[in-house]
Amino acid sequence: MPGAVDIDPAVPAAEHARSRGWSALADTVLLITGMLIVWQVATLIIGHEVLTSPLETARRLSAIMADPDFPAHAWETGRAFGTALIIALAGGLTIGVALGAHRLSGQVAAPILVALYSIPKITLYPVILLLFGLGISAKIAFGVIHGIIPVIIFTMNGVRNINGVYFRAARAMRLSGMQTASNIIVPAALPEIVSGFRIGFSLTLLGTLIGEMFASQRGIGYMLVKAMETNDVATVMALALFLIVLATAASSVLLVIDRRLHQSVIAQSGDSQ
Amino acid sequence: MMTRPGKLRWALIIAALALLEGACRLGFVSRQTIIAPTAMAAGAWQALGSAEMRGHILITLASVAQSIGLAIVVGFAVGAALYRLPRLRRTLDPFLASYYAVPAFVFYPVFIVLFGLNRWPLVAIGFVFAVTAVIINTLDGLSRVPRGVRRTAAVMKLTPLQHIFFIMLPAAAPWLFTGAKFAVVYSFIGVIAGEFVLSGAGLGHAIAFAYNSFDNETMYGLMLLLFLIVGGINMQLWIWEQRLYARRGGY
Amino acid sequence: MNTSSVQLCLRGVTRVFPAVEQQKPLHALGPLDLDLRRGEFFSVVGPSGCGKSTLLDLVAGLARPTAGTITFEGRPVAGEVPDGIGVVFQEDASFPWLSVYDNAAFALRRAGMAEKDIRERVDPTLAAVGLQSFAGAYPAQLSGGMRQRLCIARTLVTRPRLLLLDEPFGALDQQTRLLMGDELLDLWRLTDATVFLITHSLDEAALLSDRIGVMSARPGVFIDLVDTAWPRERDSRIVSDPAFGRVTGRLWEMLRGQSLKALAGG
Ligand SMILES: Nc1ncnc2c1ncn2[C@@H]1O[C@H](COP(=O)(O)OP(=O)(O)O)[C@@H](O)[C@H]1O
Ligand SMILES: [Mg+2]
Repeated sequence: MPGAVDIDPAVPAAEHARSRGWSALADTVLLITGMLIVWQVATLIIGHEVLTSPLETARRLSAIMADPDFPAHAWETGRAFGTALIIALAGGLTIGVALGAHRLSGQVAAPILVALYSIPKITLYPVILLLFGLGISAKIAFGVIHGIIPVIIFTMNGVRNINGVYFRAARAMRLSGMQTASNIIVPAALPEIVSGFRIGFSLTLLGTLIGEMFASQRGIGYMLVKAMETNDVATVMALALFLIVLATAASSVLLVIDRRLHQSVIAQSGDSQ
Repeated sequence: MMTRPGKLRWALIIAALALLEGACRLGFVSRQTIIAPTAMAAGAWQALGSAEMRGHILITLASVAQSIGLAIVVGFAVGAALYRLPRLRRTLDPFLASYYAVPAFVFYPVFIVLFGLNRWPLVAIGFVFAVTAVIINTLDGLSRVPRGVRRTAAVMKLTPLQHIFFIMLPAAAPWLFTGAKFAVVYSFIGVIAGEFVLSGAGLGHAIAFAYNSFDNETMYGLMLLLFLIVGGINMQLWIWEQRLYARRGGY
Repeated sequence: MNTSSVQLCLRGVTRVFPAVEQQKPLHALGPLDLDLRRGEFFSVVGPSGCGKSTLLDLVAGLARPTAGTITFEGRPVAGEVPDGIGVVFQEDASFPWLSVYDNAAFALRRAGMAEKDIRERVDPTLAAVGLQSFAGAYPAQLSGGMRQRLCIARTLVTRPRLLLLDEPFGALDQQTRLLMGDELLDLWRLTDATVFLITHSLDEAALLSDRIGVMSARPGVFIDLVDTAWPRERDSRIVSDPAFGRVTGRLWEMLRGQSLKALAGG
């Protein structure tokens, strides 16, 4: 028997988890630092009147945020986005569950949804403007048409892939349609639904901003388009940075939830192996 | 022979068009808002007859094609590299997921200074939109190659190149195809959006121009053409994708 | 035992999985010793999770033992798959993008063999596993059991001197298992290969093997090595032999306590 068994030093589980969390955080910090360096180098090569440096961008952003008009713009965007998001998620979930649970409707709708998803929706802006007029409802409509389709598609696919035995169990327990939807379908398809929410979140924000760029005199999208038209690169960069930070923070949270859910499903199905 | 869902789908589409046609003809909807589908078709036909409009369409298609090619090549390379660097991938994940929240065409001015006043800034917007989808799908495909398949390859002692070309690529093919499909979708979205906002040529520009000159017939005609082109390409890709999946039983 | 007839030799082989994420290191296997004779049919039984698949990975050179040594035909196995070893994994490993024939021909094509010679090997092997009429089909069109047989054929065409099988018939019903066992015995006699079979079925082990290693609950070690003393010419009709009952009885006696322990340990 060889004496030395070269196992890794035994680390208590809790302590180990913590060090793993710290190293992930360190990785993120490292990555962001790397990105900032690349950005700075790019600025030096291209010239700062074309690509504002990270520091200048941060300064400009804080100047914009200190501006007394800014809270009103941000509030306007936030209100439109929030409303659009609620409509896109709730509507997408309802339609997706219905299409997923009713096989024929799903088969009829799937290619249509895929086609709608692939349309450059920006060209619909004249139609939206004609229907809703200038103002917040046009922005919300723009957000919704961008965000709702991926939520429907993901939810529908999630529901379709639910193990058929769950539906038979629901019938054996004599659940009503609503009870089946809320107690069986949504929990069983939750990982896919959350994946759809993640994409829906991003695209609803994109849609709202596009709406603001064309159909509004207020909001962050409007500030963006104005800066773009006047070639004010520093402001464009500052606002883009603002959006990236917000969106990434939100999507990190959704990603953590997403991973947890997928993991618990994997753990469950792994048992039978 | 068409399947039952196929028939129902067409019936649904035709019914919706007929409803719109009726509503427009009977004056329920104002001509300033939406025009009848037949009028849209007439507008589309007219646009196809005009050399100027054909030029707009062709220039858009050329830019989109360039954007698709670049996005597939670069996205695939980056995806494969990230697959080999799981730690970087884990750290990048939230950034990839939030990517689509930022309207990439706000960087159009930057691109113009970088590439000059030509079509390249538009190609760049399409590319920036499309490349992330290719990266994400490449990563997905490579990480879903079943463990048993990878281990079998290990037992067969393939060279690294054989491993890539005979195992990883064919195993991930459906996802790579999906990535390419998204490259098409997002390249169209990006290039058209760029043309729409700030450009003197292309289908997106022509639509915006028709809108600004209150020429609803041309505007809707061009939209119809655009949707037919995009829809047609996507439908074809979708059919190929389904075939690819069907032969492999969904994986 | 004559040392020249020993094909595979394990000494003090141990595997500890290092700690990852939020888990403690896991002592999965060993230390265990084993000598496998050339041409022998050896089976391993043990409670689930006791380290059987882990042992197979080590023997195949897909993983390195944490401690101990493995030698195959006199050469150490160290993190690389030795020539002459073929593996059929527990999970489905058929290539979904290739037809049954192309799956079976895969390794030979990579080795640069001529198409004519490939056909001469692949056709009879597919016939032996009962897939000759499915040569043009794709794995998605086959049942789980047929896919597993395809994987066996794909390995057999390379003519391995040691064939490692990880629960290859796990997806089959009892009757088909018996018949597949007979097929495997035929192939074994035909090829003169050594077979190292992992199974959770006591009947299967008792029926097919010259020798059976019984493993304890995790960390798995051999708690018994059972010689069946079957003749080389044998088939599934052994089940009616009283000696068969004695072998399975002895296996279960050894395993009952271990399986209870594995159940309770999760
Ligand atoms: N790569 C791995 N990392 C950590 N633990 C593992 C790994 N592979 C297997 N294990 C654990 O080792 C033990 C033995 O696994 P395995 O050899 O697959 O058992 P079985 O006898 O059922 O084939 C199990 O508890 C399993 O969870
Ligand atoms: Mg196992």
